[in-house]
Amino acid sequence: MSLILPPDIVLKVDDLSIVYRTDRGDVKATANVSFELRNGQALALIGESGSGKTTISLALIRKLPKNALVTGGRILYQRNEKIKDVLELSDRQLREFRWNECAMVFQGAQNAFNPVLKIHRQFEDTAQSHGWTDKTAVRKRALSLLELVRLDPERVYDAYPHELSGGMKQRTLLALGVLLNPQIVILDEPTTALDILTQRAIIDVLNDMQRQLDFSIIFISHDLSLAAEMADHVATVYAGEIVELGAVNDIFYQSLHPYTHGLLTSVPTLEHAQDLLQSIPGSPPNLIAPPAGCKFHPRCAFADDTCSKDSPPLTDDVGGHLAACWHTDRLLASRKARV
Amino acid sequence: MSTPIIELKQVYRHFKSGREIVPVLQDINIAVKRLEFLCLVGESGCGKTTTGKIICGLLPTSQGVVEFEGADIASLRGDGYRRFRRSVQIIHQDPYASLNPTQTVADMLSYPLLRHKLAPQRRGVMQRVRELLDLVDLTPVEDFIEKYPHQLSGGQRQRVSIARALTTQPSVIVADESVSMVDVSIRIGLLQMMMDLRDRLDVTIVFITHDLALAKYFAWDGRIGVMYLGRLVEIGRTQEIIRDPQHPYTKVLLSAIPEPDPEKTRSKQHIQLRSEDIPRLTELPPGCSFHPRCPWYVQDVCDQEVPELSIPLQSGSDVEVACIPLERGSELALHGS
Ligand SMILES: Nc1ncnc2c1ncn2[C@@H]1O[C@H](COP(=O)(O)OP(=O)(O)OP(=O)(O)O)[C@@H](O)[C@H]1O
Ligand SMILES: Nc1ncnc2c1ncn2[C@@H]1O[C@H](COP(=O)(O)OP(=O)(O)OP(=O)(O)O)[C@@H](O)[C@H]1O
Ligand SMILES: [Mg+2]
Ligand SMILES: [Mg+2]
Repeated sequence: MSLILPPDIVLKVDDLSIVYRTDRGDVKATANVSFELRNGQALALIGESGSGKTTISLALIRKLPKNALVTGGRILYQRNEKIKDVLELSDRQLREFRWNECAMVFQGAQNAFNPVLKIHRQFEDTAQSHGWTDKTAVRKRALSLLELVRLDPERVYDAYPHELSGGMKQRTLLALGVLLNPQIVILDEPTTALDILTQRAIIDVLNDMQRQLDFSIIFISHDLSLAAEMADHVATVYAGEIVELGAVNDIFYQSLHPYTHGLLTSVPTLEHAQDLLQSIPGSPPNLIAPPAGCKFHPRCAFADDTCSKDSPPLTDDVGGHLAACWHTDRLLASRKARV
Repeated sequence: MSTPIIELKQVYRHFKSGREIVPVLQDINIAVKRLEFLCLVGESGCGKTTTGKIICGLLPTSQGVVEFEGADIASLRGDGYRRFRRSVQIIHQDPYASLNPTQTVADMLSYPLLRHKLAPQRRGVMQRVRELLDLVDLTPVEDFIEKYPHQLSGGQRQRVSIARALTTQPSVIVADESVSMVDVSIRIGLLQMMMDLRDRLDVTIVFITHDLALAKYFAWDGRIGVMYLGRLVEIGRTQEIIRDPQHPYTKVLLSAIPEPDPEKTRSKQHIQLRSEDIPRLTELPPGCSFHPRCPWYVQDVCDQEVPELSIPLQSGSDVEVACIPLERGSELALHGS
């Protein structure tokens, strides 16, 4: 492969498409998705339930369910100026890639621990399956990571999973996820279903970890506040497509896609006085037979005939801020009119 | 002052778990005023759903009284009791709510109408079903009336369960939002619809959530009650509590919440707890249950006496707080910080 990527790009997803084969037809869960992840940065994928966020992240570590089929695209991974397509890794390379290069903490993974094994066994097993058999060294690294996630290291290392609260388990998982010093950590809904104070602890821990261990993060969340707090870049996912992509401030203060705008105007804040909120009408489309043209057009206040016929490309209007919409100007005008 | 539509007086509730007694609610006092927007907030396991079930008469108290329009519900019999049960409904806001998969929307809504004889005959029933679907914005009605649950989105299913709760023409609805309810856009849509129902149908809504920002939105002109480990720790006008929370727990909560605004959320000051461990209900600490975590804990006071809700001495508002240093005035509170 004669490929060249800028040195600070650790991951480049290129035109990725995935379907799920079902009795009722093919679910087009990922359609022509492209994005890049830079060294040391955090990218958030946001969008409604069923928009395809988890599917994208599972594809990155090739953990898609059996009925999934990658119908096109590449997932390029770069370390030490060597570039590989994750989709073409052999089984052995793949095992190494997961954990060593790219670790994932799954949605609702607090229940992922084997209930009959103490935490230290789960660390040791993970290390061992990647050829690291020196238990003393594993222990040393594990304890320092447990400390980093602000747990009582000795106690937790020797505990059974059921002795830990949900938030403690989630933090232990984060520590386990970075045991083998991966370059990329994927977090699927890292704070969902946790309490406010536990969420805060997880966010603070993640920030600490990223600062000290220097990895890149892809995280998936329906929670816009989490993206506002943690992400450097944000991608909005709608019906399997990335419809907007940009730096976190651009997305939150100057969104260019009506769907992102709709998400933002439907979250209440604590800061403002009374919020003027508006929900997005309708519901997300059926991904077996998505609407023609722009998939968001049936729910969009700015849609016209063009939108129901032609699918808008994800284009770069203003330096690095991309949106897939025919009528970004209408959105901007309506926002200006309201201020 | 008019009689509250619902009033809980010194309500306690415990559950037996094996040999242990779990005190889930302790000394809860709430008067729900007619047509006010009241929201109960707190972290998982603090007793919100249990309170909701007690309000609706679905769960008896272990101690204490629940009054509906001034009458002790334990004393209601026959028609009086049936009227109470019809008048106070609970909706579990769970997108995976158990709607019977074999029933159409029309079946689900007409069954309670027929059972409680709330509509005259078959034709009257269908007329009412249409009205109900219209009320919850499932329009055009024809598109929904013959659908089965699996043909509906999560938000649409929620609307059907709200319509079902409305069949008995309740005067109080307890809307219990579960943590699994995630989609912001759907949540706001549902909440706005319910706020609308208050005006159109004269129903009082008690909204239960773990999300303080959503509580603020819903109860902007009403009140918020903050719960911690089975007790109410602060209750009062929403705008005051959000702007100037009094109880240390409320302060910590508000400071911890991320905001959907990058600059604001990143510059927010977070108050650190003394401990992150949440005590188990079976091993509640003595005195104020929050004291082992409280950043303003005063030794020999907070670990000795159980605080009761009251308006603090120095306070300029009518927000009630359960915190002894606050109650005794600024000297002790300052001393503690
Ligand atoms: N194994 C599967 N077979 C068929 N369809 C699937 C499968 N897994 C997911 N889907 C469908 O693919 C679409 C995308 O699902 P995905 O789990 O990626 O969404 P998500 O954005 O992560 O949602 P959530 O926020 O609810 O986790 C959905 O329509 C979902 O129903
Ligand atoms: N039937 C029961 N038997 C034993 N314990 C119970 C029972 N019902 C509730 N509890 C306990 O009572 C406490 C409060 O539960 P409740 O469901 O009221 O909390 P909640 O505030 O609604 O929490 P969440 O936000 O998670 O819904 C929990 O510790 C729960 O485990
Ligand atoms: Mg998901
Ligand atoms: Mg509950």
